[in-house]
Amino acid sequence: MATGSFATSGADLELVGIQKRFPGFTAIEHLDLVIPAGSFFALLGPSGCGKTTTLRLVAGLEDPTRGSILIGGEDVTHRKPFQRPVNTVFQSYALFPHMTVLENVAFGLRRRKMAKPLELAQEALELVELEHLASRKPTQLSGGQQQRVALARAVVNRPALLLLDEPLGALDLKLRRQMQLELKSIQEEVGLTFLHVTHDQEEAMTMADTVAVMNKGRIEQLGAPEDLYELPHTAFVANFLGQSNLFTGPVLEATSHAIAVEVAGTRVLVPKARARKHSGEVTVGIRPEKLRLLTEAPPTTAGVNTLGPGTVTDVSFSGVSTQYQVDVPGADSVTVFAQNLDFGPVVTPGTEVWVSWKVDHGFGLEDSASEEAKFAPELDTATIAVQAKRDLAAELEVS
Amino acid sequence: MAFAAFATGTAKEQAPRRKSRIALLLLLPGILYMMLFFLVPLVSLVMTSLQAPVEFGDIGEYETAFRWENYVVAISTYGEHILRSFGYALMATIFALLFSYPLAYFIGVKARPWPLLQKLMLVMVIAPFFISFLLRTLAWKSLLSDEGFLVSSLKALSLMAPDAHFTGTGAAVVFGLTYNFIPFMTLPLYANLERLDTRLVEAGGDLYARPATTFFKVTVPLSMPGIVSGVLLTFIPAAGDYINASPQFLGGPSTAMIGNVIESNFLVTNNYPAAASLSIILMAVILVMVVVYIKRSGTEDLL
Repeated sequence: MATGSFATSGADLELVGIQKRFPGFTAIEHLDLVIPAGSFFALLGPSGCGKTTTLRLVAGLEDPTRGSILIGGEDVTHRKPFQRPVNTVFQSYALFPHMTVLENVAFGLRRRKMAKPLELAQEALELVELEHLASRKPTQLSGGQQQRVALARAVVNRPALLLLDEPLGALDLKLRRQMQLELKSIQEEVGLTFLHVTHDQEEAMTMADTVAVMNKGRIEQLGAPEDLYELPHTAFVANFLGQSNLFTGPVLEATSHAIAVEVAGTRVLVPKARARKHSGEVTVGIRPEKLRLLTEAPPTTAGVNTLGPGTVTDVSFSGVSTQYQVDVPGADSVTVFAQNLDFGPVVTPGTEVWVSWKVDHGFGLEDSASEEAKFAPELDTATIAVQAKRDLAAELEVS
Repeated sequence: MAFAAFATGTAKEQAPRRKSRIALLLLLPGILYMMLFFLVPLVSLVMTSLQAPVEFGDIGEYETAFRWENYVVAISTYGEHILRSFGYALMATIFALLFSYPLAYFIGVKARPWPLLQKLMLVMVIAPFFISFLLRTLAWKSLLSDEGFLVSSLKALSLMAPDAHFTGTGAAVVFGLTYNFIPFMTLPLYANLERLDTRLVEAGGDLYARPATTFFKVTVPLSMPGIVSGVLLTFIPAAGDYINASPQFLGGPSTAMIGNVIESNFLVTNNYPAAASLSIILMAVILVMVVVYIKRSGTEDLL
């Protein structure tokens, strides 16, 4: 580690054939990953998917069982954490309780023998708007404040690679937005490489240039947030990143530009370019907001898929939009998000409806929805949130 | 961590304002006990220390007086013993700390993945307590005696002069004190290090600190309460110890500590005022040293 100076730019991070086994389980099966310098990369996945382990491997806090780690083209696999040009914002903040906030932030600067560490630390605290708390001890701060100190303590070192382990988890929504922008602007200003680990799909999508969705120690899909959302490759990605309606059926016919899948006795078309599999049983998906709810059977139109009739089982109004659950015989429950363009809900539970969508909006997956059950479905974001809410309610009831 | 229980502040804030008779009633046995077995003996000791010999009386006959010169005489006569006591105790405390810290760190931090090993090692630290303090010290005396295996081997190898001894020297006394008080150092250190948040150690490494720097900047300051407790629990009894330095055990005529002097004044020469004033001096010096030490190490919470 060079002392006395900051990294002038971010560095590439390259993981080659990484495997990490712990006694009793494999955290990472096989991981190849290149993160170009200056990018904001998010590893997204449920808890236990191996994303934090990946981060710890890069930081040098764990040794890979196999494979190598390169930062800026240099092999750092066998370097100790203090020798790597990397800083981490820990999920637990890991602030030193015996030092003031200012000394915490100056810690890395002092170790690298930077000139004027306290002034630089003070500037970093101004960045996170905590300069007035510089002389406090970390235990005297709230969770959100501690998190911002942890952020300042890492960012102040201008590392070539900044690792963020769920860094904004404890912040309230407003501060979170602010910090997201702040982080993004720091990243763009200095051109540092950010590796951000999170289970919050919204955070990953709004902040990162590239998102990798991880599941069970593997990267399921990697790409720009829009691409991942518009064209998920697997059932896990389709359901972890936003919601999806998935239907499985045999391929009836394949033309040069589309495949036809039988769903609930209806032909559903998917563009060939948007389908990963073109024969056998195929799972097709459609995002709930791309669906249209119709109260009359629509005439058959080219370029539009229609399912129905089905019965509305649930209507929930959420201000901006209304969510409908439609029970279509043979195709499970279909979720529809309808924007409240004119007024609120247009149908009531029990109404007979049809749903339709443009063929171009559908996508075909490489695995099936039934396989998806094996991917610990209890760990998707929505369920984690529901579980957290339940836990909180239980806790409040007890006290 | 015996001292942590007395942490100030919170208890005061949470105390109910209403005076409770039950609380007084519950405190009564404690108060009576302290009066009877601490305050009364203390006052009696102070009074004894100021007594004057009865004119033309027998040896050991004293009457109540205010002879503060007893203190001057005690210090001028036994100043060397007082200094030696604190010197030995200080050395023993430092050796015990140097020995105990790695041991406690291993049991409390490194051995965390193996709870069985942790328990086994703790038992090994505590096990010597099952045997009497005197017996253990006597055992060391015979082990380290001139006829013992160790000394005779060293002499055979010419690593020790043929007429040299180990028992009866200051080194033997410091060794004995160190050995006897190591558990008092190890246990509070272990209790503290066992709760050490290793994520902070990781953070130190992440922030470019070498392992040694992380140790001195993070681990040691975090374990300061354990160090303070251990040092106090070792230093205070070691300074007043009279077993190890006694010629019957590991000491010799030139190693007498203040405890030995008090013992001989009380029990051999029957010079009660001198013994009492030495006891008071010992207590006062320890009290001052402890207060200064705690203030300087920044753990006032312990007081």
